[in-house]
Parts: sequence; C-alpha cells; structure tokens
Amino acid sequence: MIIGETPPPAGAFGVDAIAMTMRFGDFLALDNVELKVRPGSFHALLGENGAGKSTLVKCIMGYYRATEGDILVGGREQAIANPKDAHALGLGMVYQHFTLVPAMTVAENLVLARDDVPAVVNWPKEMKELEAFLARMPFKVPLGAKVSDISAGERQKCEILKQLYLKRRFLILDEPTSVLTPAEADEVLGMLRDMVVKGELTILMITHKFREVMAFADDVTILRRGKLAGAGKVSELTPDAMARTMIGAEELTVQPLRTGEAGQARLELAKVRALDDAGAIAVHDVSLTVRAGEIVGIAGVSGNGQRQLVEVLAGQREQEGGEIRVAGDSYHASREEMRRHKMSLLPEEPLKNACVGGMSVADNIAFREFDRAPFASGGWWLNRGAFRDDAKRKIRQYKIKTRTPDTPIAALSGGNVQRAVLARELGGNVEVLIAANPCFGLDFAAVAQIHAEIMAARNRGAAVLLVSEDLDELLELSDRLVVMFHGEFVYEARTSQADLTVVGRHMAGH
Amino acid sequence: MTTEAADSTEAAGTIASAAGPGFFQRHGATIEYILIPGAALAGALVVFGIFVAMFGKNPLDLYFYMYYGAFGTWFSWQNTLTRAAPLILTALCTALPAQLGMVIIGGEGALLIGALSATSAALALQGMPPLVVQIAMVIGGVVGGGLWIMLSGALRQYRGVNETISSLLLVYIALAILNHLVEGLMRDPASLNKPSTREIGAANMIGSIPGTDVHWGLVFGLIAAIAAYVLIYHTVFGFAARVTGGNIRAAKIVGLGVSKLILTICFLAGGAAGLAGMVEVAAVQGRTNANLAAGYGFTGILVAFLARQNPLAIIPVAILLGGISASGGLLQRRLGLPDASVLVLQGIIFVFVLASDALYGRIGFLKGKS
Repeated sequence: MIIGETPPPAGAFGVDAIAMTMRFGDFLALDNVELKVRPGSFHALLGENGAGKSTLVKCIMGYYRATEGDILVGGREQAIANPKDAHALGLGMVYQHFTLVPAMTVAENLVLARDDVPAVVNWPKEMKELEAFLARMPFKVPLGAKVSDISAGERQKCEILKQLYLKRRFLILDEPTSVLTPAEADEVLGMLRDMVVKGELTILMITHKFREVMAFADDVTILRRGKLAGAGKVSELTPDAMARTMIGAEELTVQPLRTGEAGQARLELAKVRALDDAGAIAVHDVSLTVRAGEIVGIAGVSGNGQRQLVEVLAGQREQEGGEIRVAGDSYHASREEMRRHKMSLLPEEPLKNACVGGMSVADNIAFREFDRAPFASGGWWLNRGAFRDDAKRKIRQYKIKTRTPDTPIAALSGGNVQRAVLARELGGNVEVLIAANPCFGLDFAAVAQIHAEIMAARNRGAAVLLVSEDLDELLELSDRLVVMFHGEFVYEARTSQADLTVVGRHMAGH
Repeated sequence: MTTEAADSTEAAGTIASAAGPGFFQRHGATIEYILIPGAALAGALVVFGIFVAMFGKNPLDLYFYMYYGAFGTWFSWQNTLTRAAPLILTALCTALPAQLGMVIIGGEGALLIGALSATSAALALQGMPPLVVQIAMVIGGVVGGGLWIMLSGALRQYRGVNETISSLLLVYIALAILNHLVEGLMRDPASLNKPSTREIGAANMIGSIPGTDVHWGLVFGLIAAIAAYVLIYHTVFGFAARVTGGNIRAAKIVGLGVSKLILTICFLAGGAAGLAGMVEVAAVQGRTNANLAAGYGFTGILVAFLARQNPLAIIPVAILLGGISASGGLLQRRLGLPDASVLVLQGIIFVFVLASDALYGRIGFLKGKS
C-alpha cells in the first residue's frame, strides 16, 4: 500500500497478477504466472493439487510475498505486504473450511469479524444495521441462530456474507462448494453470479469441478505444475479441453470395465452404533450388507457420521452397540480377523490415518505383513532385506515416486503416500475393502490409479464399501448408493437408477 | 570461520544434489542427534560456569576439576562407572515407553519397589546357595519394578489417566511403602539411627568385576541397554512398538494390539529400573533403607532425554552424567562448592536439552534437498 491509493469505494474492480514467481528454497511453486481477472467477472482458477493455485492466491492476499512479480488492483500497482493491506483494498477470501465460531450466533460472528469492534457492543443498533444490510443482500440467513445449529449451506452463505459485510468487493473462493450438496452449491454460486452480473462484485474461484466452471464462470485460468497452462473464455472451451490442459501429456491409468455379478454377503452391519469424540451419538444403529463383487457407496455431506463409521470398521474407534459380521464371523477389528478375512482399508488422509511419517516407505509398506515370513524370521527377528525387496517391487508396480525405499514416507507427496498405502492394502488378495475419501486432495493420475484399483478389486470378487464426499466418484464407481444423514442411512438405490436430485435432497436431510 | 564452513558445505550440497545428496544431507539426521545435544551440553556448562563465577570461583578451574573428578584417573573412572550403572537402567525406564510416545518419569518409584522386592526375596531365601538367592533377587527386582510401571500403563490404557502424572505420583507412594515397611514390618531391630531391613548377607552380594571396584551392575546395565536396542530396532515386537508410537491410528488400522504393547513395554521399562534397585541393594547397600532414594531414577530421565530415547546412546550419556555426579565430591573439596551444586548443573542441562528440541530439522546445511 505504498504506491497508489485505495480503489474507488463502489463497484467491482479487477485484479491482475503479472509475471508471478514464487520460490520456496529450491522449489519453484510459481514460475512466471499471469492471471488477469476482469472487473465484474466470475473467474475460475483450475489446476491439480500442487499446481500452485493456493500459492498464487496467497500471494494476492498478502500471506506470501512473491519472489518476483507485481499485483495490480483496479489497474494500479499495489504492494500487498500482509492480509490487512489486502483487506483494506477490498480483497476478501472465503476458505474451504469454515472460520465461524460455532457457539456464537450469526450476528455475533458478523460483528466479531470487524476490525473495529467496540468494547461495548450496542446490540439493538447493530441488529438494525445488520437487518438493513441483509435486506440488500440476495442471501438470507437467520441472524439470531447459533452457527452450530445451521446447515453447511447456510454456514457457507454466512462466510460469504461476512466478506460482503466487511465491504470486500473482490472475493476469492477456495473450493467453496466442497462441503455443500449439489443443490446448495448451485444456489450459492447462482446468487454470487447475480451479484457479479449486477457489477457489484468480482469473483475468483479455485475449483476442480468442471460442472461449476461451465455453469457459472466467465473466464478460466489453468495452472499446471506452477506454470500457466492456459487461459480463456469458458464459452469457447469444453470440459475435455480444460482437463487436457490441466493434466498435460501425462497418461492416466485406464479403469477396468465393471464385470461380474454380486455374490454372497461378505460384510454385514447390524444396528451399529458409535459415538463421536464429544460422546454424542454419531452413528445411529445403521444396518447394511455389502456382498462380494459389489461396491456400495455411502454418500453424505461431511460430518454426518461417516468418519466415525469408518473408524469403527478400521478399529480406530470403539463400537458402542450392534454387530459387525465379516463372512459370517463376528468382527472386532483385530489383526487376526483382518488377516483371516483379507480386509483392506484405504482411509482418508493416509499420512494421518495409515502411515508413520517418520518411518521409511519400505517400513510403511510392510505394516500388514511384518510379523510373518519372509519379513520376520522365526516370527520375531526382522529381516531387513525382505522389507527392501518387497518395497522395491511394489514401488515399481504402483509407480510410487520416492528417492529410495528408505526415505521417510512423510517426505512424499500426498498422491505417492496414498499409492504406498494402496500397495500395502491391495498388494495381496482382498476380500473386503473399506475406502474412505481415498482420493481426497490427490492429483488426476493418482485418482485414476486408485479408481482403477478399486474397480479391479471389485471385479476380482471383493466386497467394497466406499465412503466419499465426492458424489461424482460414487456415481462412477458404486453399484449401490446409500445416503447417510445425521448418523442414519436415509436413502438407498441402485446407482444406475439413482436420481441425483433425490440423492441431493436426502444429503441435505429433506 | 563457521560461516565459511557452512557456505562451502552448502555449495558442495548443491553440486552433489544432481547425482544424489551430499554427505551432510545423507547423514543430516544422525549428525543432528550428536550435534544438538552436544551443543546443549556445552551451553549448559557455560551457564554453570557463570553461576560458579558468581561465587567468585574460576570457571576454568571448575571445568578442570570436573574433568579430573570424572575421568582424570582410574579411581575417578571407577567412581563414574559405578554411578553410571543404575543410570543406564533407570534411563531405559523412560526411553522404552518413549518408543510408544509415552512420557514415564517414575523410574525412581520402580527402583525403590525393585529394591524392596529384591531384598524381600533375599531375606526369604536365606541359607540357600548365593547364586539361587541372586537369581531370585534379579527376578524380584525386575518383576516388582515392572509391575509398578505397568500400573501406570494400565491406568492410562484403561482409565485414561495421564501416565506422566501417575508415574510421578507413584514415586511418592513407593517411597511411602518403603518407609512404612522399613520402619515397621521389615525393620532390623539392630538398625537404630537409620531404620533399615536386615542385611541380605555378604555371601549374597554380587561383588565387583575382577580387577576393578566397579560392581557387576554395570554389566547388567550394558546388557539391558543393548538388549533394548535390539528389541526396538530388530524384532517384530519393536517394530510394532515403533508403529504404535509413531502413529497410534496407523497401528489400529493394521490391527496391532495396542493395549498389550503398552503393558509389555511398561513392564520392561519398570523392570529395568527395578533391576537398578536390585543392583543398588545387592552391590552397594546390602539392605534396603531410605538411602536408596538417591535420585538415580530422576537423573535417568535426564539421561534418556539427552540420549534422545535411543537405548544405545544411553550408555555414553549415562557415563557422562555419572561422571558429573562423581565430580561433585572433588568440587566440594577443591573449590569449596556445595556438593549439591552438580544438581544445579543437571537442572541446567535438562532445561537446555528440552529447549534444544526446537532445533531439529532447522539446521540449514543439514537439510535434505528433496
């Protein structure tokens, strides 16, 4: 904020980032990237994980100082040294995850966000002003309701309203719809789109959903590995063309065709109940049967008990009630049972849930088998050579990018950590596979490979339970679809016959 | 000088990174494990020097007498090694649970209970051949101390009680039990000034390593430390423990029996400290009394942290700390410092070692360039 002055106080303005380069040590996160967001436009920023989208946006918001490059706000060069400068210029950001205080009301959250909260808040006056403000806005939110009581869609609206309340007129949205149902996403983005058309707002949205880009954005900028891969008008592009620009020449694993019919019941849940960390019931007496050679998908907005259900199956959480049977036997997630029934688990965030970051790739790959020959001699002495040989073979087979088998697994990228877990869990025979958001945050190549492996396991006769927040993933892979809401299964259908509107309605609890 | 060295290293690293990481990068972690505790120790000595200078003593004299009192002569070496023996064992009481991510600081309690059980075993078997008595004492010490720390592990696993707090509080309970028995049920009527149990008998003492004044406890310690290292790094059990300690969620997802691991490791840890208590009885005191609460259990915590919980590194660190405590007497005689001033040094070292934890992975020229 040394050069130039604040842009005019009303109406939308554009932001240009010119020749942005960002270096973290030896790593080049952004290489001479250009981004031009026209005033009063809805601009989408596309790219795989690690393509540099977040880095670019953080440079604009003043969280990072770009190594080289300039930022123009409303056509004037601005030195944005910190987020405060960005806010003063009218730039605002909405994050993927909520930043509201759950125990406070919507009104309190809005007032709290201001820089100049008075020591004693004159609530009658503030409420009157807030109501006047809301009257001008396209969204309606209940001002007096506690944030913990309102739905995810309403919370996301609050986040956006907060930015508008703070008079930000250039909004950066970081994957804003990842926690919303398709209907909620359409509603929120549609309203924002209206404000953009009226010339009140400019929007830059980070996303990986082509559907949203096609429906709402005017322009698109695509990054690939820190470089500008393409930019243009959405009306002149197809999703295929954008996808090709995003992933470049990389070859994706081809997913095998769905073959074979479902066989006998393999995994049965009967009135399974589990509590969350606070001791409230998160999984409410759910029953489900997954048969051999079948993928059952569990859909739902995050936080409806899916995580707790998977944790019970993975042995990471106590089961409060009900019964789980695998191939007819009672199951309590012990090592012996997992082994006998050839169970595999692909959890979300594999580094947090399935790996020890400080141990080597080879060690992590051996977690399931280390206590048996050839890894252990006589059942107790570790045979280091066997660890390395097995790891080398699996690293090649599963295309894990690592310098050596002895590299700590925490040094690998997210996609490669999940590939290592994939090698461990699917390297042998699989009869029951439980996967939870296995592709969350991974790049295209890794996603294609994981989807192909899951489908292949199904075709070989495994019973697959796939829990995902990504409806597209579930529609692509599952044979049957179940919707989970408030800890209960509220809808079930064959995927081929599922109606997306009905699924979305159940996800939202209607 | 230092900058120059760092610069040239960095240049070498950059060139080498084309073909593979340079020497400093490849061994960065190992070098850090030596460099950082070493620097913390040096820093603590400097601060202790300032402390001593405030008493009007020359810090250089201090460093000389400390060296002389610890490692200067064969006599001081023997004194040092004798003190190092129980420290190796009590350090294992902290280092083994640390592999599971647990912080156990109650080695002193396990030592006392171990001493008490070993003494009881010896007194119950009076008249048996010495070897039988000695083996019974080892078993008594290990089992007594092992169960004591296992209690902490069980409280944590089944009742959610923090193991650090419970193990510390158990020290005071152990001390109370010891005093109660020594002054009551097990009291030797002949011990008037210092209530003690009866002597275990000269024949049942384990004696010294031939040609030295160092008792066999040192060998016990060395064997225990090496066995602990092999257990942790080369066996299936140790692998499971490291998985559990590294990430308990990962351990559960592959179905490892976490409770069993915690109880077993706690038993072994307490067993090591209990063995230290047995050694103190069978090689030094010959009986159990309040003298046993000499702080070996607490110094063991310091040894384990300074050795970064590595069972092999515990051996040299215990010898170093044994040396520091051995030099206390000389400091008193030659410099007129209070005997307890080495405890001040120990405290300063502990603070430095804990603070130096923040440096790991932050030393520029040791970083890998992946």
